[in-house]
Amino acid sequence: MNLEEFIQNFAEQFDDTDASEFKAGTVFHELPEYSSLIALSIIAMIDEEYDVTLKGDDMKSAVTIEDLFNIVKSKQ
Amino acid sequence: MNENPFTLEGKTILITGGAGGIGSEVAKVCAQSGARVVLTDIREDVLQEVLASLPAVGCGEHLAVKADLTRAEELQALVDACPALDGFVCNAGVMKLTLTQFITEEELTRIQRINLNAPILLTRTLLKKKKISKGGSIVFTASAAGVYRVSLGNAIYATTKCGIDAFMRTVALEFGPKGIRCNSVNPGMVETALIGGFTEEEKAREMQNYPLRRFAKPLDIALGIVYLLSDASSFVTGTALKIDGGMTLS
Repeated sequence: MNLEEFIQNFAEQFDDTDASEFKAGTVFHELPEYSSLIALSIIAMIDEEYDVTLKGDDMKSAVTIEDLFNIVKSKQ
Repeated sequence: MNENPFTLEGKTILITGGAGGIGSEVAKVCAQSGARVVLTDIREDVLQEVLASLPAVGCGEHLAVKADLTRAEELQALVDACPALDGFVCNAGVMKLTLTQFITEEELTRIQRINLNAPILLTRTLLKKKKISKGGSIVFTASAAGVYRVSLGNAIYATTKCGIDAFMRTVALEFGPKGIRCNSVNPGMVETALIGGFTEEEKAREMQNYPLRRFAKPLDIALGIVYLLSDASSFVTGTALKIDGGMTLS
């Protein structure tokens, strides 16, 4: 799996945040649009695209998008 | 806000079942209200007739796309052909009366796929592909059947409409924060081919349940749909709007 593509899939779950905001080091919990509903969309996207089932705790422990990418990768 | 909050001027609206009794009337009223419409139906000849009858509008050419929405590839092709939408009228449906002990799995599956699966999957794809713009409105043609009352022989249809009701409310909940509203209209009997399965005697008896002493005309339903598509209903989401001439009152 590839980080760039992961970031793109991650960004697609948002509507209002500019695409340029999403980078490997983005602290996604601090994005104004981030919400529990978006967290659920991200979990569902990861399940669909990467066949990995994340828990809410995984979302909490990841600080940056790359952290989340690494968690997903470790579970594949 | 526009001077007339009920106008659809500048909006693009997708309508499924666009060749049917309610769908074709919705297309007409939407176009008359200034909207560009994208019509879809399985019946291409009637679809083209409806398309040709629509008044031209300022915000683009009306479109007609033939699609069998129970087929994944045709559903996808429809979504790909859709421009950005301000409204989506999920209206296609079928009905067949069968008493419970005569329900066959085949018939149950067929009606579910048309009335329930296709609306859910089309809505999913449109939302996933972000085809419905912020401020957009989704309207399902549900029914008084199932949601407000049940009647003899109508178990399958009523069950699918209950499913649509639950789905409509869930979409309203999930997409409210994204500025997309979702509601339904819930007609009783409407004078369309769909109720052709009832005998004249059954219809006459049924009409006694309607305080307004008539069945709906497709226009009665279309006007409710236009209200839910328009900015006049900006704060309305998750609502099942009965348009039944008072039928469910008693």
